[in-house]
Amino acid sequence: MAPRRLRPGRTLIAFFVGVGVLFGLVAIAGTWKPSLGLDLQGGLRITMTATGDPSDENFEEARRIIDQRVNASGISEAEVTAQSGQYIVVEIPGSTENRRETEELVRRQAQLRFRLVACVEGAQDPCATGGLPLGRAPLALDHKPGHQGTANDEPTDTASPTDTASPTETGTDAPEEDGGDAGVRTAEDEIAWSAAPDQESIALFNELQCNEDGATVRTNRQGETVPAPQEDDPDQPLVACEVREGEGGGVTKYLLSRSVIEGTELDDASAGIPQGEVDWAVFLELGNNKEKAHPEGSTGAEDDFETISSQLAGTGRQFAIVLDGQVLSAPEMNDPILDGRSQITGNFDEDSAANLANSLKFGALPISFEEDVTTEDVGPSLAGDQLSAGLTAGAIGLGLVMLYCLLYYRGLGLVVVGSLFVAAGVTYGTVLLLSEAAGFTLTLPGIAGFIIAVGITADSFVIYFERIRDEMREGKSMRVAVETGWARARVTRFAANTVNLLAALILYVFATGAVKGFGFALGLSTLIDLAVLFWFTKPLVSWLAQFKAFNSGHRLSGLSRETLGLDGPPARPATAGGNA
Amino acid sequence: MGKMSRLGNDLYNGEKSIDFMGHRALWYGFTLLLVGLAITAVIVKPLNFGVEFRGGTEQRVTVEGGVDQADADDLREAIADAGIENAENPSVTTAGPDSLVLTTETLSETSETETEAVILEMFPSVDPTEDISVQEVGPSWGQEVAERALIGIAVFLVLVILFIWFYFREWKMSVAAMVALTHDLAVTIGIYALSGFQVTPAAVTGLLAILGFSLYDTVVVFDKIKENTTTLRKSTESYHDAANLAVNQTLVRSINTSIVALIPIGAILYVSAVQLGASSLQDLALAQFVGMAAGVYSSVMLAPRVLVHLKSSETEVVEQARRARARKRALADKYASVPAVRGNVADTPDTPGVVDDRPARPAPVDVDEEPGEPARPSEEALGKGRVAPTAQRKVAPSSSSGRQQPVRQARSKRGKK
Repeated sequence: MAPRRLRPGRTLIAFFVGVGVLFGLVAIAGTWKPSLGLDLQGGLRITMTATGDPSDENFEEARRIIDQRVNASGISEAEVTAQSGQYIVVEIPGSTENRRETEELVRRQAQLRFRLVACVEGAQDPCATGGLPLGRAPLALDHKPGHQGTANDEPTDTASPTDTASPTETGTDAPEEDGGDAGVRTAEDEIAWSAAPDQESIALFNELQCNEDGATVRTNRQGETVPAPQEDDPDQPLVACEVREGEGGGVTKYLLSRSVIEGTELDDASAGIPQGEVDWAVFLELGNNKEKAHPEGSTGAEDDFETISSQLAGTGRQFAIVLDGQVLSAPEMNDPILDGRSQITGNFDEDSAANLANSLKFGALPISFEEDVTTEDVGPSLAGDQLSAGLTAGAIGLGLVMLYCLLYYRGLGLVVVGSLFVAAGVTYGTVLLLSEAAGFTLTLPGIAGFIIAVGITADSFVIYFERIRDEMREGKSMRVAVETGWARARVTRFAANTVNLLAALILYVFATGAVKGFGFALGLSTLIDLAVLFWFTKPLVSWLAQFKAFNSGHRLSGLSRETLGLDGPPARPATAGGNA
Repeated sequence: MGKMSRLGNDLYNGEKSIDFMGHRALWYGFTLLLVGLAITAVIVKPLNFGVEFRGGTEQRVTVEGGVDQADADDLREAIADAGIENAENPSVTTAGPDSLVLTTETLSETSETETEAVILEMFPSVDPTEDISVQEVGPSWGQEVAERALIGIAVFLVLVILFIWFYFREWKMSVAAMVALTHDLAVTIGIYALSGFQVTPAAVTGLLAILGFSLYDTVVVFDKIKENTTTLRKSTESYHDAANLAVNQTLVRSINTSIVALIPIGAILYVSAVQLGASSLQDLALAQFVGMAAGVYSSVMLAPRVLVHLKSSETEVVEQARRARARKRALADKYASVPAVRGNVADTPDTPGVVDDRPARPAPVDVDEEPGEPARPSEEALGKGRVAPTAQRKVAPSSSSGRQQPVRQARSKRGKK
C-alpha cells in the first residue's frame, strides 16, 4: 500500500487538482447556490381532484404511486399528501420549469396496454370499405403511420384479403358483451379479430374522428363536433388516436383489438437511447408471470408477445402501445421477439422518456383525476430567519470548535482548521454539482446530516492526532509516529466509517422523502471525510513532519514533551504490554 | 492545557486509571434507571406527534392585494403566540401571489374560530366566509413511511450486528453495542418527550442520525479494546484490565470528540430554542444533541462494561486472568509496601520526587476499593513462590512436616514443568 518513499507533496497537489476540477465543473454548471428543498425555499404545489368516489385503499395506493413517481430520483424530496379523501396535493421543491411535464407525470394514470391494430385511418384495410367518413378533421395526411425503430417505415399497403369483409364473420370471434364463450381469450383470437374486425367496431371507427389533442370526437346531426370519449376497457375493442409532433406530425386514428398485454405485466421500464439511434425511447421488459397475465388464465406476457410478434412479423401488420387511451406508437414487427423486450419510440426527449418510464414502472393509478389541476407556487415552510439563524449558530459553533482545536493541538490545530475548511469546501462543491446534475435539493434533514458530519470529520483528526501522541509516548520520534500512528488510525477510521456508510445506504434505500435526503447527506459527507483524511490531512501532517519546527518538539507544534505530558514525573521506559 | 495532556499521558500509561469495568451492579442499575425514567416519561407525557404523522387542519386565506414571505412569517408568529389549543406549532406558507396556507393539528370548532380571529386581526380586509377555506389534511408520513423506515432500521441493525461480529470476530461486541444503542435511543426519546417538543420528521431524522452515531462511537472504542486484547497471551494483563486500559486510552479522544461534535449542535439548539420559538430546527437539534451526548457516554461507560461482563465467563478469559494474576505476583515487589508511603492513597502523580518504581502497568488503582483488586501491593507478593495446587482429596497426615509429598508419576510426565 504505502510506497517506499512517501511523497506527501504530490498527494496534496493531486488532491487540490481534484478540488479544482470539482469547482471547475461547478463553474461550468454556473450555479453557486445549492437548490433548496420545500421547507427552505418553497416550490410548486399541484392539487388534483379525484373523479368519482374512490375507495380509501385505492386513494392511498394512488398517493403512494404518485409519491414513488415524483421521488423516483430520490433526492429532490417532493411531498405527496392526501386531503379530505378527494384531493391529492403534490409539492415539488424549486420552481419547476416545465410545469406541463410535471403535471403530466403526476396525473397520468399510466394504464399501458398492448393492442393489435385492425384498421388505420387512410390505409387499405377492412375498415376502408365503410367509405370515407364525413367531416374529416383537418389533418396532415402525408405522414406515415406506424413509425418506430424496429420496423420498416413503409406505409402499410398490404391490402388485406378480406377487402370485402362479410358481416357474417361477426358471430365467431367478435367480442360479445355477455362473454358466454367458455375458455380464455388468447393472443391468437385477437390476431384473427384484427384481420377481420366485426362490423359494429368498423362502424364506430368510421363514425369517430380525432381532434388535434388526440381525443375522439363525433359529428352530431347539426354538424358540430362533440367529444366522444372512448372508455379504455381492456376487454373491448377501442378506437384511439395517435398524436405526433414535429415533422410528419398529425393525428392518426386506429381501430384496435382487445388488450393482449397489460401494463401490470411489465417487469421493468427504463429510458435510454437505442443503439444507433438519436432519439430517446422507453424500454419495456415484459415479465412472464402467469399470475399477472391478462386476461386471467392466459399465457404470460412474454409468451403472448412472442405469439404476436411471430405471427405479425413481416406481414406489415401493426400492434399498438396504448397509454391511457391514446396510442403512443404503432410499430410493425420485423422479427419475432422472444425475450419480451420491446421499446416505445416516438417524439420523446430525455425528460418525457424518463417520465413515462417512471410512470410505467410504478404501475397505473387506480383512480383518475379531473382535467383541471391547480398549480401554484408555495413559499417555504421554515421561515427564512430560522435557517439563517441556525446556520449562523452552526458557524459560530464551528468557530469555537476550531478555536478549541488550536488551543489543544496548537500547531496541529492548524491542520484541523485547514481540513475542516477543505471538507466544507468540497462538500459545498459536491452539493452544487449534485443540485445541477441529479436534482439534489438541500432540506433541513440534509442539513442535519451535514451537522452530524462535522462531529465525525473532526473525530477523524482527533483519533489520528491522539494516535500520534500515543506513539510518541511509546518513545518514537515524531516523523516515525506520524506514519505508525496513521497505520492504526486508518484501520479505526475504516471500521467506524463503514458503520456510517451502512446507515446512510440503508436509510437511502429503504426510507422515503426526508429520511432519504438525510441518508444521502450522511453518506456523502462520510465519503468526503474519508477523502479529506486520506488525501489532505495525512499528507499535510507528513509534509509538516519534515520541518524542524514540528519534528523537534517545539512548544507550539502540539507535539512537544510538555504537551504529550511527558514533562511531569520522569519518564519510564516504554512498556511492552498490550499495545506494542 | 498541559494538565489535560498530562492526564492523557497518564491515562495512556495506566498511571491514572479510571475503572470503567467494575461496579457492575451500580452502573447497570443506573442505566436501567435512566431507561426506566425515559419510558416513564413517554408514558406520562406521551410524544406529541405533528401534522405530518396525524394529519391536521389546513386553512387557506386569500388576501386581496397579495402576500409575501414576511406576511407568512408574521402570521406564524401571531398564531404560535396566541396559545390556541392544537395550534402551537403552526406552519404558514405562501401559496401563489395572494394566498396563505396555515397548517395546524386538527382544530376544534372553537380553536378554528380563534385562529380566524388572529387572521382577521392581521388582515382586516379578509372576509371570513369568502376568503378562508378550511380543509382536513391527511398525514404525509403515514403508515407506509413508518413501515419503510422501520424495515430500514431493522435491516441496518442486522447488518451492523454482522459487521461488528465479523470485523472484531466477536459477537459479544455486537451485543454490547446494541445495549448501548438501546440506551441512547431510550434516553433521547425520553428527553424529547419531557421537552414537550412536537415530533416532526426533523426529529425522526435526528433520531435516525443517533442510530449511526452511537454505533460509530462504540466501534471506535471497541477498536482500541480489540487492539489491546489481541496480544494478551504475551502480556501480564487480564482481559478486564486490558479493556479498561483501552477505554482509558481512548478517553481523551472521547472527550475531545464530544466537545467538538456537541459545540455546533449546542449552538444551533440554543439559538433555535431560545430565540426562535418552535421550529423544526430545534426538534432536530435537541434530538441530535441529546443523542450524541448519550452516545459518547454509553460508548465509554456502558458498552465496554457489558462487553467485559459477557466475556468474563469465557474459559480463555478466566485462564488469562489467572495467568495475569500469577505474573503480577511474580513481578510484584515484596518490599513495596513499606507503610511510609502509600503511593495510591494521596493520588498525586504530578508531585515530583515520588519515585515510583513499580513496573509500568500495575493493577488499576482507583479511589474506591474493590475486592479482588487490592490496593496494597504487598498482598500481591503473598504466597509468592511455588503455589501448591489444591488437593484433590484429603491428604493423610504424614511425617513430612506438613508438606505434601511428590506423587509418583509416569516417566513421560516427569521433569516437565
